[in-house]
Amino acid sequence: MFIVISIVVMALVTYLVRVIPLTCFRKKVKSRYIRSFLYYVPYAVLGGMTFPHIFYSTENMIYAIIGTGVALLLGYLERGLTTVAVLSVLVVYLCNILL
Amino acid sequence: MSQNKKEAYQKGFKLGVPIGIGYFSVSFAFGMMAVASGLSPGIALAISMTNVTSAGQFAGIQVIAASGTFLEMALTTLMINARYFLMSLALSQKVSKKLTGIQRALMSFCVTDEIFAVASMEEEPITGWYWLGLMTMPYIGWSGGTLFGALISGVLPKSLQDALGIALYGMFIAIIIPAAKHSRPIVMSILLAVGISCILYYVPVFKQISSGFAVIIVTLIVAGIMAYIAPIEEEEGYKEEGEACSL
Repeated sequence: MFIVISIVVMALVTYLVRVIPLTCFRKKVKSRYIRSFLYYVPYAVLGGMTFPHIFYSTENMIYAIIGTGVALLLGYLERGLTTVAVLSVLVVYLCNILL
Repeated sequence: MSQNKKEAYQKGFKLGVPIGIGYFSVSFAFGMMAVASGLSPGIALAISMTNVTSAGQFAGIQVIAASGTFLEMALTTLMINARYFLMSLALSQKVSKKLTGIQRALMSFCVTDEIFAVASMEEEPITGWYWLGLMTMPYIGWSGGTLFGALISGVLPKSLQDALGIALYGMFIAIIIPAAKHSRPIVMSILLAVGISCILYYVPVFKQISSGFAVIIVTLIVAGIMAYIAPIEEEEGYKEEGEACSL
């Protein structure tokens, strides 16, 4: 029972955090500052989440850095999300088994 | 299903495939860890199916394993997942005006870092069918990976399991770099975010800040500064569907 209630609490809090802004802010925001702020949110979130954590995403940091380099290069060449994700995994995997 | 809805669903579905693959590997690890902390595979699956959040769930099973109080559980979850508040707020400006409150409430369930990232790059207003397509594979990958990891740990060779750790980050890079190529303010916002994130990660004073909370700090500072020094032009903002209204 303790576990079930814990899961309900966890799920409820997570859901409330997600549902309140989406249902409460139904109108377009007029303020140019707030619209600009929201425009930059995804880049700030993704930049902050990726670095430096990507370097520790696999056991060998050197291989992770090689994988990061491959992802950056493919990203620069504007390859699709799947291609970049799969190839960076493949490079790390090859490093793991070959080096 | 009309042609439009079908196209929207398929478009979202395709974009969700790499997220689903990435989720499978992360939730696979979650499933293994949950069983290792003494939870049953069924409970592990129930957590993944009701929460759909990575860091929050990892922290959650630690609270359960330590027999923490419900208040502790609520606060831990709130701290780690508060970043979704900002993402949902940004999404509230991007979703189609035609969506009802109930549809918005249903969509909210699957606001994750990766789904948000993909959806926020969309130029058109986000429709319900697009969102449903986008969340299909991630949800299956997240739930399936958890169950799979909980039932058969060690089914993948360790070298591949380890390599899968980079998948989601590779995807993030594939999202931000092309956008950065065409906009100097976006380059600045990414560099600023990376810089602050590294400071929070490496400077000893900030070590005790949880990773979820670090994302909030980075986001508030970077978006706050960038919105001040490089406010967007009308056409750079989200496409307007109707007249602008006050907040």
